[in-house]
Amino acid sequence: MTDTTDFQNLAPSAGQKFRQRTLPFLILAAILLAIPMTGPSRTFYTVAHQMGINVVFALSYNMILGKAGLLSFGHAVYFGLGGYLAVHAMGWIEEEIGLWGSIPMFFLPIIGFFGGALAGATIGWPSTRRAGTTFAMISLGVAELIFAAAFMFDSFFGGEQGISGDRMNGIELFGLSLGPIAEVYWFIAFWMFVGILGMWAFTRTPLGRLSEATRDNAQRVQFIGYNPQRVRYMVFIIAGGFAGLAGGMAAVNYEIFTPDALSLLPSGFVLIMAYVGGITYFVGPIFGAILLTYMQSMLSDFTEAWLLYLGALFIGIVMFAPRGLAGIIFGFFDGLRGAERGAFLKGWITSLVGGLFMLIGLIILVEVSVRWSNGYGEIYEPFGLHLDHASPLTWLLFLATTGAGIGLTALANRHKEGTT
Amino acid sequence: METLVFGLLNGVSYGLLLFMLSSGLTLIFSMMGVLNFAHASFYMLGAYFAFTISGSSSFWIALFLAPVLVGLIGAAVERYGLRRVHPNGHVAELLFTFGLAYLIEEVVKIVYGKTSVDYRVPDLLNFAAFEVYGASFPAYRLFVIVIAIAMLIGLWYLLKKTRAGLIIQAALSHPHMVGHLGHNVPLIFMTVFGIGCALAGLAGVMAGNIFVTDPAMAIQMGPIVFVVVVVGGIGSLEGAFVASLVIGLLQNLAVGINASFADIFGFIGLSELSEVGRINISSLAPVLPFLLLVLILIFRPQGLMGEKEL
Repeated sequence: MTDTTDFQNLAPSAGQKFRQRTLPFLILAAILLAIPMTGPSRTFYTVAHQMGINVVFALSYNMILGKAGLLSFGHAVYFGLGGYLAVHAMGWIEEEIGLWGSIPMFFLPIIGFFGGALAGATIGWPSTRRAGTTFAMISLGVAELIFAAAFMFDSFFGGEQGISGDRMNGIELFGLSLGPIAEVYWFIAFWMFVGILGMWAFTRTPLGRLSEATRDNAQRVQFIGYNPQRVRYMVFIIAGGFAGLAGGMAAVNYEIFTPDALSLLPSGFVLIMAYVGGITYFVGPIFGAILLTYMQSMLSDFTEAWLLYLGALFIGIVMFAPRGLAGIIFGFFDGLRGAERGAFLKGWITSLVGGLFMLIGLIILVEVSVRWSNGYGEIYEPFGLHLDHASPLTWLLFLATTGAGIGLTALANRHKEGTT
Repeated sequence: METLVFGLLNGVSYGLLLFMLSSGLTLIFSMMGVLNFAHASFYMLGAYFAFTISGSSSFWIALFLAPVLVGLIGAAVERYGLRRVHPNGHVAELLFTFGLAYLIEEVVKIVYGKTSVDYRVPDLLNFAAFEVYGASFPAYRLFVIVIAIAMLIGLWYLLKKTRAGLIIQAALSHPHMVGHLGHNVPLIFMTVFGIGCALAGLAGVMAGNIFVTDPAMAIQMGPIVFVVVVVGGIGSLEGAFVASLVIGLLQNLAVGINASFADIFGFIGLSELSEVGRINISSLAPVLPFLLLVLILIFRPQGLMGEKEL
């Protein structure tokens, strides 16, 4: 037996560390700093702020779904409770109760973090004792309980009309009065950056690593001397805290919170955002949050059936691309770097075109049906075409595009099976 | 006394409806490990199909045809959707049904409109069955109880006394062994999923005209059904039965109690004017199932009849 003195150092080099860890954050900071220089419109700011809030919210959700493997149907509870606490704090700052008068509005997301973590610590105690499907059902039940209770305690939740506040009070920090929307931008950008950095840093801590280990094999974690229930509980508290941080950002941005923010709808939406983006990647939920927020605010102007597209997108991702948008994007670049670049590109483009055809077919079907269902006699007229629900042209187009789409994707799949 | 009797009767009929829904969910879950999030959507489909069919023919045809249609749709969903997702694990399957719930709701909105449809109790059953303390109990509710009990006996007979039930039960616990013995396990899964959905559809046919048939009915019912399954003990049909009745009775009895917390806890000094004191027991009814869920989780995490802690 000889001692091998030479060994391969598997740790990333300084250059790799910089490229994979520091550089993305520098780019993010640069983008955030550059955006206001382009002189964006009011609408842009409104959507961008919503994106910033949703990015933090979706990332906090992925801490429990992607990293800890806990599927929750009630994550909006922590977002909402954190946000509610922040709105109340906004009022306390305005009235300068006790020490509150000396706290700037800028730090409200920290109050939100505290509120969300507190809610997570209370609710997580009974619910994180179980994982998997049971946890999913419990989270749903607890979310319903809190949502229903919100209408009973008006002094905290404000009933139907909610609680509102005024962000232009207290001490100004960095010369930001938070009045005009362009000043709120800096607030959102700062906290979004802090949130992303904080959650990324969390994945590097021993607890963050343990949460992934608990997801993969709870028994082994127990074997090496950790308590998986406690790991889940602690991760749950921190995820609740970051959701509360997003809630605090929303409190300053909208200056109002209603019990609807705690309901099952936003909980479902955050799940879809994180999953569509890709829960196996850290950046996945960021992509998902940006895309879906854009869809929510833009697509809902074009079509009233946008939830149908959302459902179809979600099912499509679950069935055909379980690694989400991030998986598609990174898979594309990996494929380009791979050996059989030509074959890969051909297959990829075939399925892309096939997917587009199927999307066109779906759009025709849905838009024509929606107009027929409304019964106002409105007719779907894309590009000057006259698509009536009774005209054969409509159904011909629908069948042709859907057929072409299914054919092309089947071809791409067969090709893929042939090569591997 | 009057409220007590009516609370009991309504509670039993509502509880049995809940059992119709949760039995399908429990069957599917204990067999395939899939928590069908869209289960309440199949319940909604049952109500809407019954509305269409009873509009063009009669309620009695709808009573048989609508659950069958829903069951067929369920089987198709299993065959072409769930089976594809299955290799990615249970969470992916759960998410698939979650997306499906969105889709079904939107499609229903397009086909039937966003407001409720006029699905009514059939004329033949639209009379008072009997009178207690001067108030009448509708015959249709009695009919619901009869159908639910018939279904319960039928299900019990199918699972415990027939050969098909034996194979299903075997496939529940040891799917691979059953497969090796030459049974088509995927087909069994598809059938069970179809039957589960058909039971939900039947519940929809029965409940759609007692309550309202609108696109929100799935979202309203879904969480309560999950509570029933967890409280009863996941995968236990007996537990689901007990939990359905308990929740049905609890909700219907609470509605009848016109007392606030201040009336009850006044002796320890709870004021009529405080926020907690003003809460009325009857307004608490919709929260009770979820409260029960939390209590069960703290004191008996395996559920009423569940055997193992999952």
